[in-house]
Amino acid sequence: MGATDKANPTTFTTPSDREVVMTRVFDAPRRLVFEAWTSPKHLPHWMLGPEGWTMPVCEIDLRPGGAWHFVWRRADGTEMGMRGVYKEIKPPERLVCTESWGGDWPETINTLVLSEKDGKTTMSQTVLYPSKEARDAAMKTGMKDGASVSFERLADYLRKIA
Amino acid sequence: MTPPRLDATFAALADPTRRAILARLASGEASVTELCAPFAMSQPAISKHLKVLERAGLVSRGRDAQRRPRRLEAAPLKEVAEWADRYRRFWDASYRRLDRYLQQMKKKEKSHGRD
Repeated sequence: MGATDKANPTTFTTPSDREVVMTRVFDAPRRLVFEAWTSPKHLPHWMLGPEGWTMPVCEIDLRPGGAWHFVWRRADGTEMGMRGVYKEIKPPERLVCTESWGGDWPETINTLVLSEKDGKTTMSQTVLYPSKEARDAAMKTGMKDGASVSFERLADYLRKIA
Repeated sequence: MTPPRLDATFAALADPTRRAILARLASGEASVTELCAPFAMSQPAISKHLKVLERAGLVSRGRDAQRRPRRLEAAPLKEVAEWADRYRRFWDASYRRLDRYLQQMKKKEKSHGRD
């Protein structure tokens, strides 16, 4: 991999205590971006994370209160699932849903906002965590530069916030 | 991909005193008395926090029966860190793929016309 996209980088920011916002520009009208986000015909083609995963389950009930359920699978049989409920659907500009990895996972509220200019779409995906602590634990321990986090760095972090 | 303790880890990390205890233990094990010293808190109060940390698997007890030193356990914190790292990489890779996929969608639309 390592094919970093210089023209359209993804930025990760933390505008408030409980949020993480991912922003990126796509060279396509937002109508298409919205479609790619909300149709089981399209999602399994791109929402796959790192190489090696497929998305055998992609169920979408696109209406307020409707559920969604995604399952990813790796060749070795490892599976992971994610599910949630759609809260707000406003094509082609806004999509709000809950998201949880199941079990004790903290449930987040995700808001997708698409704005279009000159045929390009600026996408922002806001993930709202149930608490500042959940967000901080997620962000400061590993999301800053994408590098895998060693225990030493974590200890440093704990010292800083103490 | 579903560490059952993650929620307990988050809950344990939610308190500043508990984070301070973890930070102290990150530089080496310590007895309850030693842990009390930097805090303006009674021993029972500190013990209560330690119990929460122990339940979350973040702190364990050392062998010395006299001192009963507490020790930091890294595994649950690592789980949180690994999850966060994976999360970021997941979206980064997915967005890159979406970029390419949108170009395909655009092409298809051009050749088929809009319905």
